[in-house]
Amino acid sequence: MATTEPIELVKSRIEQLDPADARDELSRGDSVLIDTREQHEWDEAHLEDATLVPPASVAERIQDVVPDRSQRVLLYCATGNRSARAADVLESELGYENTASVAGGIVAWQEAGLPVVEPEGMTKDQRMRYSRHTLLPEVGVEGQVKLLNARVLLLGAGGLGSPAALYLAAAGIGTLGLVDDDEVEESNLQRQVIHTTERVGTPKTESARLSIAELNPDVEVVEHRTRLAADNILEIIEDYDVIIDGADNFPTRYLLNDASVRLRKPVVSASILAFDGQLSTFVPYEGPCYRCLYPTPPPPELAPSCGAAGVLGVMAGVMGLLQANEVIKLVAGIGEPLIGRLLLYDSLGTRFTELKVKRDPECPICGEDAPEIPESEMGRFPDYDAFCAGTAVG
Amino acid sequence: MATVKIPPVLRAQTGGEAEVDAPGATVGGVLRALAQAHPGTEKQLFSPDGDLNRYVNVYLNDEDVRVLDGLDTAVTDADTIVILPAMAGGS
Repeated sequence: MATTEPIELVKSRIEQLDPADARDELSRGDSVLIDTREQHEWDEAHLEDATLVPPASVAERIQDVVPDRSQRVLLYCATGNRSARAADVLESELGYENTASVAGGIVAWQEAGLPVVEPEGMTKDQRMRYSRHTLLPEVGVEGQVKLLNARVLLLGAGGLGSPAALYLAAAGIGTLGLVDDDEVEESNLQRQVIHTTERVGTPKTESARLSIAELNPDVEVVEHRTRLAADNILEIIEDYDVIIDGADNFPTRYLLNDASVRLRKPVVSASILAFDGQLSTFVPYEGPCYRCLYPTPPPPELAPSCGAAGVLGVMAGVMGLLQANEVIKLVAGIGEPLIGRLLLYDSLGTRFTELKVKRDPECPICGEDAPEIPESEMGRFPDYDAFCAGTAVG
Repeated sequence: MATVKIPPVLRAQTGGEAEVDAPGATVGGVLRALAQAHPGTEKQLFSPDGDLNRYVNVYLNDEDVRVLDGLDTAVTDADTIVILPAMAGGS
């Protein structure tokens, strides 16, 4: 294929039709229509009654699709260049006698207000909004529809939850649950970017819901204005596909781990302090759980809170967004989530370190001999506050 | 000498240093040398009977020493030991 020839030269040799004329010709029913783009472009939108023949396979496949070389063939692509080259190849190299390319491609076709076949599961507005996702072959329409149908729970609408919620909303996650019983305070605004100065004093879940609604009305926000505790955790997490752990204390993290393993819910867990962050993804029984990584919590003097020790605002952004990235990969089924890997980020040095985390065969939560929880015990959990307070003995 | 990466919560005990070189042929040896040079780290790392505290994870390069030979894991000059206590901060 003479792909290095200037496109204008190629176009000067072939017949081009503008979209309206192509439409008229197609309605007369005697022409075969060929789409010379890639599969993920086709999935995004295509013309009715077309057959997809990607450019690399034109020479091979065209004779199967159009055996009669005198048959009139119309070709189109995104903007009219690939289809022009394909028409040229058909005529000059493969013996086809009667071809034409649609000038301006499907882009011009749509701009002329002519109809296209839309993919299942997305409205026209959604196709526009998420086009930068669907253009990615790894995501495509299929991946975007998965995001639109996903239900993600964020534990905490604070430092980690704020950026995660914003970007997950932008990505079109269909339902975002937010668990937080706090109100917005001024000192939050140094990093909790989903909240605003005007909304100091407002419940965080409400404040987050307002920001999300402005960004992406497609997203349904479920406010859980409460603290996760043994008596409500199973009921709350049951409705969701993935959980983002942005809790600020150990008892909640251990409780979440226990419950999420029981219900087999993946958890993307991160923590931040000062200039450092940690991140891992826990998928029950596929990889380690939080307890495999941290069998025992540290004593208080080794685990200060952000309120006590401080935290660089951007740390919340960096780690929260890394969490959102993990969620998107889990939902769309792409890439390699951090299962069995702990990512450490040191913002002062701008260094990432990766450590391996293994499932602990003796883990009391997900180990081989971990007790099977009977139905009657499902809602009962160990007292993690006491567990965390009594840490002197391992 | 191997390099020991000091987590933020312990840096006050190492004079603010994030990385400390310490001699030793095993992980335990290196950590005891560290504790000798910086006594404030002793209690955080070791329990009274000389074992590593359960709430501190120690890695030789990227492997948890618990899946290797624990404190007896051999160490060379090219190795990095990472001390990692859990962090809970999320807000």
